[in-house]
Amino acid sequence: MLMKLIPVFKGFDFFPHDLNLPFMKFKAPALIGSILAMLISIALCLTFGLNYGVDFKGGSLIELQTKSGNADISALREKLNGLGFGNVQIQEFGTPNDVLVRLEEQPGGETAQQPAVQKVIDVTSADYVQRRVEVVGPAVSSELRMTGFIAVAAGLLAIVAYVWFRFEWQFALGAIVALSHDVLLTAGIFALFQLEFDLSTVAALLTILGYSVNDTVVVSDRIRENLRKFKKMELNQLLNLSINETLSRTILTGITAIAVLVSLYIFGGEVIRSFNLAMLLGVVIGTYSSIFIAAPLLGYLGVKRDWSDTAAKAVAATKTSRAKA
Amino acid sequence: MLQFTRTKIILTLLTCLVGFALAMPNFFSKETVASWPSFMPKKQLPLGLDLQGGAHLLLAMDQDEIKKDWMNNLRDESRKLLRDAKIGFTGIGIQGTQLVVKLAKPEERDAAIKQLDKARQSIGSAVLGTGGYDIAVTAGNDDGTIIVKPTEPGLRARISNAAAASIETINRRVNNLGTSESTIVRQGTDRILIQFPGLKDTKDLKALIGETAKLTFHEVHPSLSAEEAKQTSIPAGYKIYPGDRSEGPAEYLLREQPVVQGDDLADAQPGFDNRTNEAVINFRFNQSGARKFGNFTKDNVGKPFAIVLDNKVLSAPVIREPILGGSGQISGSFNVESSNRLAVQLRSGSLPAKLTIVEERTVGPSLGADSIADGKRAGIIGGIAVIFLTILAYGTFGIFACVGLLVHLIMTLALMTLIGSTLTLPGIAGLVLGVAMAVDANVLIYERIREELRTGKTPIASIDAGFQRAFVTIADSQLTTLACALIMFWLGSGPIRGFAVTLTIGILTSIFASVTVVRLLISFWLKAQPKGRIQTVPV
Repeated sequence: MLMKLIPVFKGFDFFPHDLNLPFMKFKAPALIGSILAMLISIALCLTFGLNYGVDFKGGSLIELQTKSGNADISALREKLNGLGFGNVQIQEFGTPNDVLVRLEEQPGGETAQQPAVQKVIDVTSADYVQRRVEVVGPAVSSELRMTGFIAVAAGLLAIVAYVWFRFEWQFALGAIVALSHDVLLTAGIFALFQLEFDLSTVAALLTILGYSVNDTVVVSDRIRENLRKFKKMELNQLLNLSINETLSRTILTGITAIAVLVSLYIFGGEVIRSFNLAMLLGVVIGTYSSIFIAAPLLGYLGVKRDWSDTAAKAVAATKTSRAKA
Repeated sequence: MLQFTRTKIILTLLTCLVGFALAMPNFFSKETVASWPSFMPKKQLPLGLDLQGGAHLLLAMDQDEIKKDWMNNLRDESRKLLRDAKIGFTGIGIQGTQLVVKLAKPEERDAAIKQLDKARQSIGSAVLGTGGYDIAVTAGNDDGTIIVKPTEPGLRARISNAAAASIETINRRVNNLGTSESTIVRQGTDRILIQFPGLKDTKDLKALIGETAKLTFHEVHPSLSAEEAKQTSIPAGYKIYPGDRSEGPAEYLLREQPVVQGDDLADAQPGFDNRTNEAVINFRFNQSGARKFGNFTKDNVGKPFAIVLDNKVLSAPVIREPILGGSGQISGSFNVESSNRLAVQLRSGSLPAKLTIVEERTVGPSLGADSIADGKRAGIIGGIAVIFLTILAYGTFGIFACVGLLVHLIMTLALMTLIGSTLTLPGIAGLVLGVAMAVDANVLIYERIREELRTGKTPIASIDAGFQRAFVTIADSQLTTLACALIMFWLGSGPIRGFAVTLTIGILTSIFASVTVVRLLISFWLKAQPKGRIQTVPV
């Protein structure tokens, strides 16, 4: 049959499975380092500030393409700065004949934005074709800012609630610290390099949350399984074993995700580049956090050791009786 | 876990087949699909505005204007009602959001309230217990005053009706631009979203929806000019309107209550004046408009009347003879373009209130095409990388995983086509990322199988245990990602939403494709092996 045509060969098991890396030995420096990194990220966000894109700051973005030849950015800058629309940002966008023009939010409320954009288009229409226009007024930008913030917070809470429901509160606490770490560090890097932070970055943050918790859940699942299997093993040793057992999966999945994201980053076009960059950062940070934050925290918090069926039933019974009361 | 009943095999294969059939039209051009026989599915994924190019405009209604208009109407109506009942009053004034009526005789207050109650309109539904009136008429604090105040639900209903009316008007106006693929929907209480695919220049569209186009015909004050009225006092019932033209007076003193309104127009067409060759608009009233206008012009021969558009006086011609036919001509400082536009606006009716563009996202068709090309290229290269890595790491079972990924991709496309979601650029990213996440399920399973093999289990037992043990983890990790995706969908707007939809569907299909389909393939493979000869698992 058809199945006989498929070549039978083993895969290349590149991962040395008997490595047993002593992750838990580094739990203290790793945790301190991570907390420090989180604090630095918060400080960066507060001092440098996030470089909000049009979505969150309001204002306008106009992508122009030359009708022929390369764009003369300095000439364009001179022309547009003379219009009196405040600070006009002009940058090359992807190729030498594409430019991105950013206008600040114009004073005068909702009605003041459109005329400014139309003026820029009119002034440049001789040499440039407009490729994209995004105008976000003051009301919408503040709403989007709010929505973005709520979305990330709600995503965090939903995940933590799920982890709590499926595991124990210690796992949920580990997850929330690890996830906050991922979000904060990504935001911190965005603040440090003043990368544009907009709606698509928020989507990236949410996806990072999903990806990172994926890793955390895989490790947690293994920890729970090992807790049942090795009832007498010392906790730190057990956590270390669980991380090591899942390490090959963590790394392989990370590699495929990074391969896809690198391809999206390089070939996916300029429009979604910042999204892909955030994702790439997040995958790396998220992989780190599930190994070095979520599981080691359990070593400090301690976990319930008896996962046998009778004990589980007893817990369920007290839970329901508590709920009834 | 490796045993499949006949029904299960058939169901799985059938699901794949249906998915393939549904997804297939997306891989062919519109023309090719149209030529297929009728029993084949033809629905294609519509491309989002960021991929096919087009305009996305979010408009906000001016709520204050609606409230102000309503207060003015209420004042006129109250005045009329009190006069009809012969109840004397010394003044009716608008104070903020309420109307204060001062009666001449305080003892007539109860009768006046009863009379003014006639202005109320019931809203909501009595059955649902939400019944009520749009305004409340109550006695004021001072003797002989009455307060007429819109109620909260009344205001909401008013704004809601205005939004609905605006959408209809915009629809009629936009249809004149030629394409009918635009969608115009309400968002929230006072916002309207217009999505207009394939539009190159939004200037026309914006101009078309940017004016309320409220046309009114007013009586000009017979003796007083605007300047004179400003110096002395403005007579009751009159108001000063600015002029729109450089020639003629800068301001006019007009009776506030119009003689005829744009609602009474039956038709409006752009044209040219025979004598001056100037662009004009020829209009025709409907029956009631023609009668009102006829009566007015008959009584006012020799006097001027004013044609007012959006509270600006276009012109104020003198009535030479009664205009009984109900048609006329509006001249102003028009050019061909603006007269065309105004004619469309007048035919489509006026907007209840001015609309402001609070968000615009316009993508030119060339950028959209570039984005599709970029997305395809990145997807193919990313896909090849994933296939290479998977087969390298897992051998024959890696091939099965890749088949699972292909099924996953096709099923995701099929489901998206089925529910009629649109494919956006973030959506493509979600699709590609979904593949990367779906492969995680296979990684989990295969790593587990290897682990079981290392403990010395037999090949079949290892495969079985691998699927069984990994499934819990897969379900857990997928559900948490699902929670994230759903939140993105509920809270997100525009780009986030497109991404969330593909991610959600990707998660739903990945369990079927990466677990069930791959398991079925492995069970087929096992069956094809000679009995008792499976010594090694090609993983």
